[in-house]
Amino acid sequence: MNLRQGILKTLRQGANAAWPICLGYMPIGLALGVLAQKAGLPWWAVAMMSILVFAGSAQFICVAMLAAGASLSAIIATTFVVNLRHVLMSSALAVYLPGVSRRFLALYSYGVTDESFAVNLTRFREGDWDRWRALAVNHLANGTWLLATIGGALVGQFVPPGALGIDYALTGMFICLLVFQLRGRIYVITGLLAALVSTAWFLLIPGDSYIVGASISAATLGYLLQRRRLRER
Amino acid sequence: MSFYDYLFLFGAMGLVTYLPRACPLLYFAHRQMPQWLIDWLALIPVAILSALLAPTLFADGATRSFSFGKLELLVAIPTLLLSLKTRSLGGTVLVGMLLYWLGGMIF
Repeated sequence: MNLRQGILKTLRQGANAAWPICLGYMPIGLALGVLAQKAGLPWWAVAMMSILVFAGSAQFICVAMLAAGASLSAIIATTFVVNLRHVLMSSALAVYLPGVSRRFLALYSYGVTDESFAVNLTRFREGDWDRWRALAVNHLANGTWLLATIGGALVGQFVPPGALGIDYALTGMFICLLVFQLRGRIYVITGLLAALVSTAWFLLIPGDSYIVGASISAATLGYLLQRRRLRER
Repeated sequence: MSFYDYLFLFGAMGLVTYLPRACPLLYFAHRQMPQWLIDWLALIPVAILSALLAPTLFADGATRSFSFGKLELLVAIPTLLLSLKTRSLGGTVLVGMLLYWLGGMIF
């Protein structure tokens, strides 16, 4: 097999895994583009943001803050806090990428999002997955995001909202990936704890800290429970 | 804002987004992680997925109040059962979308 066929095959396998992400990114990207355009951002600024930042929730927050007249330093600080959760995801992914070259990891890191993390980690754990296909997932998702946000800035206001239930694509994907993670009682317990803590945190504390706060609390509680059970045996 | 204002803002946002993504990967991929960290990280994906999902299903995002019986939650139940039974990501996503679309027309 020559190099070109190899690359095409990797891209195809990546697309096989990435299409639910891409489907989910379309309505969200369009919505972001529309909001950005309404907030006065030209389409090329939307494109620049999607290329340089590539982080959905932070981009929404940025547009809202720009529209509200926030300072640039406040927007940058908020972006940092909102995206700190990726520390957890990159650490979990590192388990499956031991000894991989720094150059590859530097490129791979760019595409670590909630969605690509969930899809790639599930595939890595099932075994039949390699870093090139994982990279293809990251970049296909990134490409879709870029096109969807530009599309939204240019023609978004003509697309009817809620068409075909596409707004549920990412929720449906997260539900299924959550089910894939339930490999034993401790995983179910950790998931339930995270649901409880995140909902309470979300209701009580403003901002997006509920994702990091609930994940760390639930994983730590689950870990301690697991250790106590092992010791009792 | 001018081109350079945007470039500065998005460049800085990109940097503070990229560093938390890159540093753990670059650090841990070349070191032996302690066993307790590996065990703890094994529980992180289920915790993150659940923490991302639960407020979508049980709370109203705009008012930040508790909400039981949202369409998102009602659709989540058959979607969850289907993914348990079929273990198919694509099928689950498409059926979830269909149910959400139909549910939106009824409610």
